[in-house]
Amino acid sequence: MLDTYRTVETPEGVELGLRMAGPPVRLLAYGTDVAIRTVLLWALAIPLATLGEVGLGLLLILFFLGEWFYPVFFEVLVKGATPGKRLMGIAVLSVDGTPVSWTASVMRNLLRFADFLPVGYGFGLITMFLTRDFRRLGDLVAGTVVVYTREEQGPRNLPAAAPAPPPVALGREEQRAVVEFAQRLPSWSSERADELASLAAPLVGARGDLAVVRLVALANWLVGRRE
Amino acid sequence: MNRELFERQYGSAWAAFERMLEHLEGQSSGIKTGLKLDGFPELYREICHHLALARARRYGVELEERLNRLALRGHQQLYLAPSPITRSGLAEFFASTFPRALRRELRLFWLAAGLLYLPALLSLVLVHAQPELAYSFLGPEEAASFEHMYSPEGQKERASKLDVYMFGYYIYNNISVSFRTFASGLICGLGAIFFLVYNGLMFGAAAGHVGNFGHSEAFFSFVVAHGAFELTAIVISGLAGLRLGLALLSPGQRSRARALYEEARVALPLIYGVIAMLLVAAFLEAFWSSNSGLPTPLRLGAGALCWGLVIAYFSLAGRSRGS
Repeated sequence: MLDTYRTVETPEGVELGLRMAGPPVRLLAYGTDVAIRTVLLWALAIPLATLGEVGLGLLLILFFLGEWFYPVFFEVLVKGATPGKRLMGIAVLSVDGTPVSWTASVMRNLLRFADFLPVGYGFGLITMFLTRDFRRLGDLVAGTVVVYTREEQGPRNLPAAAPAPPPVALGREEQRAVVEFAQRLPSWSSERADELASLAAPLVGARGDLAVVRLVALANWLVGRRE
Repeated sequence: MNRELFERQYGSAWAAFERMLEHLEGQSSGIKTGLKLDGFPELYREICHHLALARARRYGVELEERLNRLALRGHQQLYLAPSPITRSGLAEFFASTFPRALRRELRLFWLAAGLLYLPALLSLVLVHAQPELAYSFLGPEEAASFEHMYSPEGQKERASKLDVYMFGYYIYNNISVSFRTFASGLICGLGAIFFLVYNGLMFGAAAGHVGNFGHSEAFFSFVVAHGAFELTAIVISGLAGLRLGLALLSPGQRSRARALYEEARVALPLIYGVIAMLLVAAFLEAFWSSNSGLPTPLRLGAGALCWGLVIAYFSLAGRSRGS
């Protein structure tokens, strides 16, 4: 299945689910960070400029730290997220689901330069599309992934209907598919919804409109509604 | 047991766990709640167990998601990476880790050194033989600024500049260059090779060009002291970059991703060392090298001392006794 949902196994023997963040949201987070960093540095630049050459020297050191270590600082100390990432609801984690370490964060941010080559994050984007979890070169080297931290939109967004139990026990992936179908229903035309629901004909024993209705009933049962 | 019973029976444990999590997560932002954290690991294992049960018994996506979120947050609190920077750690790094890491990569070190110094020698000889070739390497403004910088007037001007500004500039410029050399080495080593050769050519051309104007003495007495640290640091960042490139080109029996992951951990200590060396170089360049008032033999002597120190450090530090 084409999906951004991945699991990592913990030492306790359970699998934890992570949802990978793709290039668009990461690009937005990056843009936000660039803006925040620029404003911060200029805010510091104005008072420092009054100190003459000493101030300029200090400012250059700040520019250096801002360029290379701004992300490292936030990723390690503030729950894996720079301010931009936090606003976008994403964060950096190690591939095993643990918080990102200093080593890993330094590595992924130094290698940002390689991702940036030849122009405009070219290599980074290519690598993101070639790897399973949208990892840029820096992520591969550091052993990190970028994941969503925001809670998934819960069953509150499900169209309400009388719940009906599934005729056969459904696996995890199947349950997710049914529930996500119902969650996304409002964003489709009814023809598209019918078309998709007809794929589940073997499960619901119907096609078209009736299949949609039955799937929504199933989804309501699956998220735990009983009345 | 059905889903409702399950939730009713363990709901209070989940709520207690969530309170602990909020407390732990708040600690990094300085919020204190005075909550007791006894039994956090046990409770975490219990949550993991519940998650596995909820999945096996198919209690539904929503409950699974909820427990998954709790377990994930607990996982991150339990497996926080310890801070790597301690005083004894730092001492050990400079006493043995860094020089040893370099000695393990000696062949690549000489390769990187060759990629910097041979082009430098080449452009030095070329510019010396054919003075107008200097303009093929350096732009006209750059060439003019080098001529001026090492002329007696330029030296005086430089001495009057505030050193803190130059210190900041050297940090900003030189450490960024070494980071770029390292990172772009990942592209099959090409980036590292480019930066080494390019910097070598420019350095040689500048030396040759200044020499053609008869300011060689000023040039070499200026660069010799901090050059020991700066040039060596550039070579080391080149070597670290080549390491990454080699991981991609010949990963051996590992996948390329795995090879990159492992080799980067070999290379990173070298980069930490490079940062320290470039800080020393920036300090020397800003506060010592620019003192053109000092007699040339003293400056050359100090330069020789710096080279001696660097060579002795990398060949001797961190060797275990008797080996």
